[in-house]
Amino acid sequence: MELSGSEIVVQCLKDEGVEYVFGYPGGAVLHIYDAIFKQDDVKHILVRHEQGATHAADGYARATGRPGVALVTSGPGATNAVTGIATAYMDSIPMVVLTGQVPSPFIGSDAFQEVDTVGITRPCVKHNFLVKDVRDLAETFKKAFYIATSGRPGPVVIDIPKDITDPGVKIPYEYPKKVSMRSYNPVTKGHSGQIKKAVGMILAAKRPVVYSGGGVVLGNASESLTELVRQLGLPITSTLMGLGAYPSSDKQFLGMLGMHGTYEANMAMHGTDVLIAIGARFDDRITGHVERFCPDATIIHIDIDPSSISKNVRVDVPIVGAVDQVLQNMLKVLKESNSKQDKNALEEWWQQIEQWRNKQCLRYDKKSKLIKPQYALEVLHKVTNGDAYVCSDVGQHQMFAAQFYGFDKPRRWINSGGLGTMGFGLPAAMGVKMAHPDAEVVVVTSEASIQMCIQELATCTQHSLPLKIMMLNNGYMGMVRQWQEFFYESRYSHSTVESTPDFVKLAESYGHVGMRIENKDDLESAMREAFAMKDRLVFMDVVIDPDENVYPMIEAGKAHNEMYLSPESELV
Amino acid sequence: MRHIISILMENESGALSRVAGLFSARGYNIESLTVAPTEDPSLSRMTLVTRGNEEIIEQITKQLNKLVEIVKLLDLSEGAHIEREMMLVKIKAEKGNREEMKRLVDIFRGRIIDVTDTSYIVEMTGDGDKLDAFIKAVHEDLVVEVVRTGPSGIARGAKGLSL
Repeated sequence: MELSGSEIVVQCLKDEGVEYVFGYPGGAVLHIYDAIFKQDDVKHILVRHEQGATHAADGYARATGRPGVALVTSGPGATNAVTGIATAYMDSIPMVVLTGQVPSPFIGSDAFQEVDTVGITRPCVKHNFLVKDVRDLAETFKKAFYIATSGRPGPVVIDIPKDITDPGVKIPYEYPKKVSMRSYNPVTKGHSGQIKKAVGMILAAKRPVVYSGGGVVLGNASESLTELVRQLGLPITSTLMGLGAYPSSDKQFLGMLGMHGTYEANMAMHGTDVLIAIGARFDDRITGHVERFCPDATIIHIDIDPSSISKNVRVDVPIVGAVDQVLQNMLKVLKESNSKQDKNALEEWWQQIEQWRNKQCLRYDKKSKLIKPQYALEVLHKVTNGDAYVCSDVGQHQMFAAQFYGFDKPRRWINSGGLGTMGFGLPAAMGVKMAHPDAEVVVVTSEASIQMCIQELATCTQHSLPLKIMMLNNGYMGMVRQWQEFFYESRYSHSTVESTPDFVKLAESYGHVGMRIENKDDLESAMREAFAMKDRLVFMDVVIDPDENVYPMIEAGKAHNEMYLSPESELV
Repeated sequence: MRHIISILMENESGALSRVAGLFSARGYNIESLTVAPTEDPSLSRMTLVTRGNEEIIEQITKQLNKLVEIVKLLDLSEGAHIEREMMLVKIKAEKGNREEMKRLVDIFRGRIIDVTDTSYIVEMTGDGDKLDAFIKAVHEDLVVEVVRTGPSGIARGAKGLSL
């Protein structure tokens, strides 16, 4: 088969089984767009800004586990995509981003729409390529998809100069069946001696806690995690990224840990003697003060990335491997083991945990006449039967969603955890909806975040994406305001969101349905009405209590046992 | 602690900037860095000198290993190894001190590779301390220019860092 470079690009995507490409055309990718025009297998979703393309591809990947693909032009196309690439990188999301580049002979001449894309993206990709010869295209694609999806996943950029895609130059094409790279061989099988040692320690533990992270979701290890945790009756907490890997409604689940984690989860972390960290990376929002993190614990850490181990916190028993494989091996070792758990100690530990749980740290003022954001999330859970894909932006609403939606399945909670990218929610939800057209996909956002990528409402119109947007409108950049209230004596420097548009009219002008909900009593019925409109995007502008803060809260740099539980409470 | 890390990497454009970028992005020190192709033209060998405590060095080696283009690496400081650095020094060699300079170069087993009426260029190889000692031995007013390669390193014994 003889194909031109631009045809090869499209054919490689077909051969990788890519359904959707999220993109925006421009000079350097015109040959590729012409090849896309001539076929129907790979569907192109036209976004309104390249950041939206990368977030949409990212959302698709988070919801499916398959790599998301974005296509953008050179120069500003590539720089606009950088935020989305960095977002995916921080959360280890498999993604392949194709960027156009000026023709090879012009590289380095400051040509029109030229930037050093490989240079700019280098610190925020798992790997990147500049294609220098059309004959390298197919192999580069094969490598890119392999690197993006294997080991610890991540975004890969392929920068393609325009002359490489010249439709006039045809070469024989065959997509490589296999790829082998001498310099890249991710470990998947955990060390059996370490696994035995870890199992022994877990059995002997008196106050064990499982701390599970996004790696469990990415590594499709939910089932084995749930089996292990249930079999041993272990308390389990989860990071923001790991929510849903273990069912939130289960009694063994302590809720999220960290800066806005629950009292019981953080206190259990502080008191544990054996911490079992699974696919988590000891991020500063989790650990708080590193020296006082889990002061009494021996730490077991399962992770596919060796560089995650002992990066922030010294680990006692590291196990490098694919989380699912390691957990299955642990279950096997458990079956064959003669050692018994110390059931009495575990029983006592649970009693202690129940006492902490009785503090009901997530309680809020239910009698308030205003709509509390927590209440809005609870209603959302009720109306969607807890089964929606919830795509969040960044800030207070994100924390409320994490605390109050209650995810029982993996890949349902789609948010930018590592980079904390405002504007992520709406475009990410487009990718999720493309992947799961029959599922409910909700954007939980705020009047600040939504305006960072609001132009994608047009993409939703064009491609008939009936998302539901629940915008918690408090007139502030809530999390900024919260920090200013706590740490800057309520000097609200530039955190008020003024001059907001009429969101109802705005939604309508894009061809969607807009609703403004100000009354608490109307919330549930309005939401039911919104979700009943199956084929329409409904934008709900929900006016909430402007002064509500996210609790519990551990100040940056404090330890797990130093939490504020409410505005009235002293440090506990 | 000073560590000397030997790296075998794909000889591809961009590989060096990935290493350099990693060090600046994560705030690690690079004291010196040398790189050139090996007997296999598809591979480059890099010798990198850095400083840090045990935890930092562990992270550095892990992060380096994570770079897709790095094939293998070895912290030479963990075992017996040899380090050599090459230096070219231009020194003033005028009537009064020409002989003295020549003797000094001989003592340090250097070679004079360029001569003018007023200057020598000295080529010298050794570990860093020896090169430092030579520069110290020459009066500072007489040193015109110093060019050092930074150390290259190799582990002692029969085993090699290869594929």
